[in-house]
Amino acid sequence: MNITEKILARASEKSSVSPDDVVFAKVDKVMVHDVSGPGVLKVFDKLQKQGIDTSKLHDSTKVWIAEDHFVPTAEKVSAENIIKLSNFSKKYDIKKHFKYGMGQYGICHTLSHEEALVNPGEVYVGGDSHTNTTGALGAFACGLGHTDVAYVLLNGEIWFKVPETYYFKLNGKLPSHVMAKDYILKIIGDIGTDGGAYNTMQFGGTGIDEMSVESRLTLTNMTTEAGAKNGIIESDEKTVQYLTDRGATNATVLHGDEDAEFSKVFEYEASELEPTVAKPFSPDNTTVARELSSTELDKSYIGSCTGAKFEDLLAAAKILKGKTVKIRTEVLPASISIYKKAVKQGLIEIFLDAGATVGPPTCGACCGAHMGVLGKDEICVSTTNRNFPGRMGHVESQTYLASPQVAAASAVTGKLTDPRDLN
Amino acid sequence: MIGDVIKYEQDNIDTDVIIPGTYLKIHDYNELATHAMEGLDPDFPSKVKDGDFIVAGKNFGCGSSREHAPIALSTCGIKAVIAVSFARIFYRNSVDGAFLLPIEVDEETYKKISNSDKLEINIENNEIKNITKNETYAMKPFSEIIAQIISAGGLFKYKK
Repeated sequence: MNITEKILARASEKSSVSPDDVVFAKVDKVMVHDVSGPGVLKVFDKLQKQGIDTSKLHDSTKVWIAEDHFVPTAEKVSAENIIKLSNFSKKYDIKKHFKYGMGQYGICHTLSHEEALVNPGEVYVGGDSHTNTTGALGAFACGLGHTDVAYVLLNGEIWFKVPETYYFKLNGKLPSHVMAKDYILKIIGDIGTDGGAYNTMQFGGTGIDEMSVESRLTLTNMTTEAGAKNGIIESDEKTVQYLTDRGATNATVLHGDEDAEFSKVFEYEASELEPTVAKPFSPDNTTVARELSSTELDKSYIGSCTGAKFEDLLAAAKILKGKTVKIRTEVLPASISIYKKAVKQGLIEIFLDAGATVGPPTCGACCGAHMGVLGKDEICVSTTNRNFPGRMGHVESQTYLASPQVAAASAVTGKLTDPRDLN
Repeated sequence: MIGDVIKYEQDNIDTDVIIPGTYLKIHDYNELATHAMEGLDPDFPSKVKDGDFIVAGKNFGCGSSREHAPIALSTCGIKAVIAVSFARIFYRNSVDGAFLLPIEVDEETYKKISNSDKLEINIENNEIKNITKNETYAMKPFSEIIAQIISAGGLFKYKK
């Protein structure tokens, strides 16, 4: 069995599973945020009317809550959703509630690794499509809707069809100025937004051995944009060290079996990669950044679970150091812990000196919610994950998805810029 | 079930156009319905009737896990989406929450169905009858678990 099959077999108490088997998997961790939490409560209301008991969760110690999409509260209704979350954690005695304005908080998919909330080998579900991100730690991590999350909260398990696995063998170290974001954009451009649909996308090879845990998280994060059920990377010593440094006590190295099977294998050479951009209006509409050097921009957005981890900010800061931005540039660290580290290491000062504005952790404009949404005809280069029509605001705005280095270099020139071409 | 078709001749109709992100803070189903398909067809809420079907191409519902998407469509009266394929979370949300039927058909069938056609969907024998055109098409049968959840009326009513 490969790692996904091993995790699902363990969680469903079976000696083995194969693709297409339907299993009820015991869930180890479950996350809701300020969009899915109130959605789950709405499901609870409906269930109560049907006479289903919602007074107790299956295991509230497995649950954690993030406040990320509409915080700091964008308007009254968002504030009311945050109040609902507070009542929710109080009622069900959920201890891990990361409240904005009260110490560590941030984007749910960032907290999951920054706070070592998920361990290798676990089944982790969240009420958000980018839950796939956390699979980079060697967990089965999968996004679900409100009804399914409500079911997990009350029953501790959920059904899955065991996915087929596509294995992406990544060879060699990334060239200078090329980031994991370029890698995953290239892959999505090759396979399409339904290229991984219903399947697992597993990444391995020397390219993964070389890569930091944060870079690996960028790869699994955007498996969602290829339609995958989960993205996963076998845990190694780097994963264990990363999680242990953040307080994990039982993180382990976990691999698939020697004779693990994959339904397709794709192979990539890092040395052939270049800074890559997804043009409007789809993450698979990719080309190399140099092809777009005449594209004039209105804004550069460096934020989100995809592109505002510490190393993303570090990469952007290296480019912006001593430079001045030519277009509106917004930097929103993905969590308070990352924000603090960026302050301590001088990155925030670099951004401010360059003329960029720095915002609080939030999903913000990535999902068109608030804090930097785009107006009609505005064109943005963004380190986020989707660029469907209206994703970041007006349906006639345009988003080019890119790496933090491309977003930073483009901020300096006002046009889409390959960081290798910046003087 | 019998209904009229609202057809969108395109692939990859994503959740950002089915219900834009700015409305994710809303959990009132009726209010969500007033914004259904806003990113693609702002007239949709005024033209849709109870019992209608949406017909579209590949990968319908790609993008986010927002259950707001099938909720908005179903609250507008949409009983089924007929598409060449579906993104996984939209598909499972539609079934587990018992909002609407996600029905897969082949490319040829998708092309044959026109806007405003009257269809009769029969999931017992996996058949779609086009009453307007007097044609009959096959739909892809639901997998066993999906058929069981649909027949139970959603995941919470399904007994393993």
